[in-house]
Amino acid sequence: MTLIEGHRSITPADGIPVFDVDPYDPAILRDPMEYYAELRALGPVVFIPRYSVLAVGRYEETKTVFSDHENFVSSRGVGLNDFKLEKPWRAPSIILEVDPPDHARTRKIMARALSPKVVKTMAESFRTVAEELVDRVLARGTIEAVTELAEAFPTRVFPKAVGMKDSHARHLVDYGAMVFNAVGPDNALRREAMARAGEIVPWINAACTRDRLTDDGLGALVYAAADTGEITEDEAAMLVRSFLSAGVDTTVTGIGSALWCLSQNPEAWEALKADPSLARPCFEEVLRMTSPVHTFCRTANRATEIAGYPVSEGTKVLCVLGAANFDPEKWPDPDRFDINRRPVGHLAFGVGIHGCVGQNIARGELEAILGVMAERVARIEPAGEPTWRPNNGIRALDRLPLKLIPN
Amino acid sequence: MVKVTFIHSDGREETVDGRVGDSVMATALANDVEGIVGECGGSMMCATCHCYVDDGWSERSGDRMDGEEDMLDCAASELRPTSRLSCQIKLSEGLSGLVVYLPEAQL
Ligand code: HEM
Repeated sequence: MTLIEGHRSITPADGIPVFDVDPYDPAILRDPMEYYAELRALGPVVFIPRYSVLAVGRYEETKTVFSDHENFVSSRGVGLNDFKLEKPWRAPSIILEVDPPDHARTRKIMARALSPKVVKTMAESFRTVAEELVDRVLARGTIEAVTELAEAFPTRVFPKAVGMKDSHARHLVDYGAMVFNAVGPDNALRREAMARAGEIVPWINAACTRDRLTDDGLGALVYAAADTGEITEDEAAMLVRSFLSAGVDTTVTGIGSALWCLSQNPEAWEALKADPSLARPCFEEVLRMTSPVHTFCRTANRATEIAGYPVSEGTKVLCVLGAANFDPEKWPDPDRFDINRRPVGHLAFGVGIHGCVGQNIARGELEAILGVMAERVARIEPAGEPTWRPNNGIRALDRLPLKLIPN
Repeated sequence: MVKVTFIHSDGREETVDGRVGDSVMATALANDVEGIVGECGGSMMCATCHCYVDDGWSERSGDRMDGEEDMLDCAASELRPTSRLSCQIKLSEGLSGLVVYLPEAQL
């Protein structure tokens, strides 16, 4: 059997359009809109010879494949690498990279720990930190918003919410970026990220053990499930690792992208200022517009089909969430940033049984930072060209120079 | 088509057509039924699609799913024995005529 990027090389069914593209080309990762449009225009499913994979980018098919956990599994990895054929770079996640029935067991513990009720108890401390940070950047006037707000906020509130005794902002952000680069092919991005694994991974693993966590955070809630015998001590550590993999770089990206959208759309900013309670719906539209997690894979675990085309066992399917969230068939006028759109059903948090378990925290963080900004900042203006940081799994800003004008 | 009737907390009734396989939550959103928010999109991570299933339908609409209870516990309105997350009730032909009551608040 021939392998390409650690997965089975396939012969696509007759009639599936061929798309000669490298979706992981840094130029596309920086600015994917044309690629998204072409992917949707070509057909409901396309074959990408470069990696011998199928890809979906229309809303309907992306949603269907991404949520069909019976035919399209996660246990063979949500990146290009097929865990059944090649060894993954780290022990697979016991929530993201498992299927039912195993998935339900860990998911339940995480969902309980990250429920709306638990997250509500964090609102006040999120707000206090947001006020402090916003006042600080307002005093500076012109700022680089990726480091001064987008990274600064989650790296302060999230380790505290988890109950981490040791925190290392740089390692936390970079570990997230590494995990996301790992879902791509063996390109320069992935290799450069992996080169730093030796430095970061041991720190992360050590930070997940019980003795490095306080007894009043999310980590303690997970370890409580070990005490009752629902999971083992090692599994608890693995679930805490999931917080650290998925909980920092994602919200960093969400904040950066929100500020980018608002700085580009002054009328949206005005609307948010007029009614700061729009912070939550505004974030939903940011997610639809920017799809931080742009692409994750599924693997056909048996012969199946997509949009009527046969799909053979072992086929990797790129589910291009960013393209689906811009599908004009689903979202009228998709280029328009409309904070009143209320785009329920967007795929930025995924869909189905693996749908983001951390979404309440993400919303809580964004509500705090956008809410405080709407109250205290009169205007947000671009102060230079924003630049994007290419990554195989997440589309994040690298630099966002902004000028903030106080009320 | 599967008929679903939503009864608002003020007694107003709305009957809409749903598709087999869709959830009650998705059916409400597709038909602009107010009173169902569905913030998480159906991943069972919030409780903003809370509804009360009419007594006559509770058996046919099935039991609560694994984990549903934990989220219902976060609901904004009173919890009753008939409380369900409407994203977890999938429409089938057998559910045509389903009646659900909407709570006063979802947030
Ligand atoms: C804007 C912020 C975020 C975005 C865009 C995002 C995106 C996603 C997506 C697309 C998935 C689905 C993966 C799949 O189906 O294969 C997912 C799952 C997940 N997310 Fe998030 N996420 C965010 C924030 C967070 C936070 C703050 C946490 C931790 C507290 C978190 C933890 C997880 C975990 C553990 C899963 C796996 C759930 C499962 O497999 O059942 N995420 N996220």
